[in-house]
Amino acid sequence: MTAALAEKHTGTAPEPVRTPPKPPAHRRRGRERAFDDVPRWQIYVPLGIYLLFTLIPFYWMFLFAVRPAGSTSLVPWPMTGEHFSKVWNERSFAVFFQNSMIVGVATLFTTTLVALAGGYALARFNFRIKNGFMLALLCSQFIPGALMLVPLFEIFKNLQMINSLGSVIIAETVFQLPLSIILISGFIKNVPMTLEEAAWVDGCSRFRAFCAVVLPLLRPGLIAVGSFAFVHSWNHFLFALMFLSEQDKQTIPVGLNTLIGADSVDLGALAAGGVIAAVPVVIVFAFIQKWLITGFSAGAVKG
Amino acid sequence: MAQAAAVAKPPKVPKRRSASPRRLPYLLIAPAGLLMLGFIAYPVISVFYYSLQNYNVTKPWRNGFAGFDNFTRIFTEDDHFWTTLGFSAQWVGVQVSLQLALGLALALIVNQSFIGRGISRAMVFSPWAVSGVLTSTIWILLYNSSTGFSRYLADAGIGDYGTSVLSDTGTVFWAATVAELWRGVPFFAILILADLQSVSKELYEAASVDGAGRVRQFVHITLPHLRDAIILATLLRGVWEFNNVDLLYTLTGGGPAGETTTLPLYVANTGIEGHDFGYASALTTVAFVILLFCSIVYLRLSKFGGDHK
Repeated sequence: MTAALAEKHTGTAPEPVRTPPKPPAHRRRGRERAFDDVPRWQIYVPLGIYLLFTLIPFYWMFLFAVRPAGSTSLVPWPMTGEHFSKVWNERSFAVFFQNSMIVGVATLFTTTLVALAGGYALARFNFRIKNGFMLALLCSQFIPGALMLVPLFEIFKNLQMINSLGSVIIAETVFQLPLSIILISGFIKNVPMTLEEAAWVDGCSRFRAFCAVVLPLLRPGLIAVGSFAFVHSWNHFLFALMFLSEQDKQTIPVGLNTLIGADSVDLGALAAGGVIAAVPVVIVFAFIQKWLITGFSAGAVKG
Repeated sequence: MAQAAAVAKPPKVPKRRSASPRRLPYLLIAPAGLLMLGFIAYPVISVFYYSLQNYNVTKPWRNGFAGFDNFTRIFTEDDHFWTTLGFSAQWVGVQVSLQLALGLALALIVNQSFIGRGISRAMVFSPWAVSGVLTSTIWILLYNSSTGFSRYLADAGIGDYGTSVLSDTGTVFWAATVAELWRGVPFFAILILADLQSVSKELYEAASVDGAGRVRQFVHITLPHLRDAIILATLLRGVWEFNNVDLLYTLTGGGPAGETTTLPLYVANTGIEGHDFGYASALTTVAFVILLFCSIVYLRLSKFGGDHK
């Protein structure tokens, strides 16, 4: 009798079957992290608001770049390429883009190489001027590039490098170096010395041991530092503005500034120029942002 | 037994260090050192030197040693200096405090684990990669009175068709502030997030076992851990916000009516457009001394690196 009742009961409401697969809520979250009892809305609401603040300006630029001149629609349809072709061909953004690429890539390689050498010395050796060198690196962070334009201009004039991309590459490299060296020496310190020593025992020279053992482990850090140098020199404005007076030597930020400074600002062209300026750095950034966070925690912030 | 001892204690590494020349570290830092001597140290010294000279391209007949004339002119005659210095202080103070508050909040949010964290991180950090000129470009489009944001608001019945917020002395400061925050907050958030990653999870577990709520965990675990990172980030950022001219130069040009001219922008205008290199160098020297003084005081007051654990 009772068994039949029980059977009937389970038949109508199979509760004992339904409860087990549902794990207790606090345990499911507790597996991730102990203090993670944050209600979801406290994450998604502020994050959503901040995302709007971040993304609307990008959308606005994209909108102006692709909608026809004179349109006030908030939906970029039908799209037009007229602003891009105008900026690329008539406003010589094709040339600016090429110059910016040359400066960016050259700065990337010079900064990474010079910083790699300096960072290795700081990480692996004790030498007499080491502390002085570290202090100089830190102090140089306080010196504004903008305020040194005049003497830098004179130096490059004496070297006959005005109007050559080389002047901008050197200046960008120099101002990227301190932070890059500090970051890279942090990465190298994270590679155990014993790995290198083992390679020496096997008969490698210091240089070969470095290339074969340390360099592969540094790859994420080097990509972060190199991309950092690329993004900075791609974006930087004052050196190119000051040292390059011929228009066919200019870089994209200077090109953008001439569009801003035009008497009647062509907003479509300005937006299209902005998109051209943004695309390479945003791609690079999306690629490196994960390494950047680990890079900073390994290197600079620890002091 | 003897063999086991030998395995446990590996043979001493042959002294490669003495085999390679003692000069190796110097050779390695030579490229960086020479570049920095030539293109940082030498220019800094020349700025100090020019500050004691009359050096004006448009008035070459007056060029020559000036002694401290440039400096007395700054402190006694030049009202611009004091206004631009005041504006610089306001700019740095507002930027650094708001960037710290928002950056800390943002870092704490994206440090949680939630669905879509990776893509959200990439998106909220993306303005970091954007330059001052590009930021100006974007915000000029947004602030434009005929096609920008305010026009759509006015169409919807909020506000009216006014002038651009960039040409109104009452609004230009906050307009520029919002634009700079847009790309400044991600930098702070990245630095703080980097440091948050290294807080040991056990501390929070122990704290929650002891019954500490999230607020108390934040005050007693997270903030002390972040202390040095926050001090360093605010200092670097303060120096950078003081020195940086890209954004204000292209967004407002220092205007309207000099409302947004910082000291470095004033220096750039004096030196580059006014061709008065001697006076600009003296202003630079003063700015450098102020910056150095404030940094040292700040580091002393905040007891950077002191024992606080």
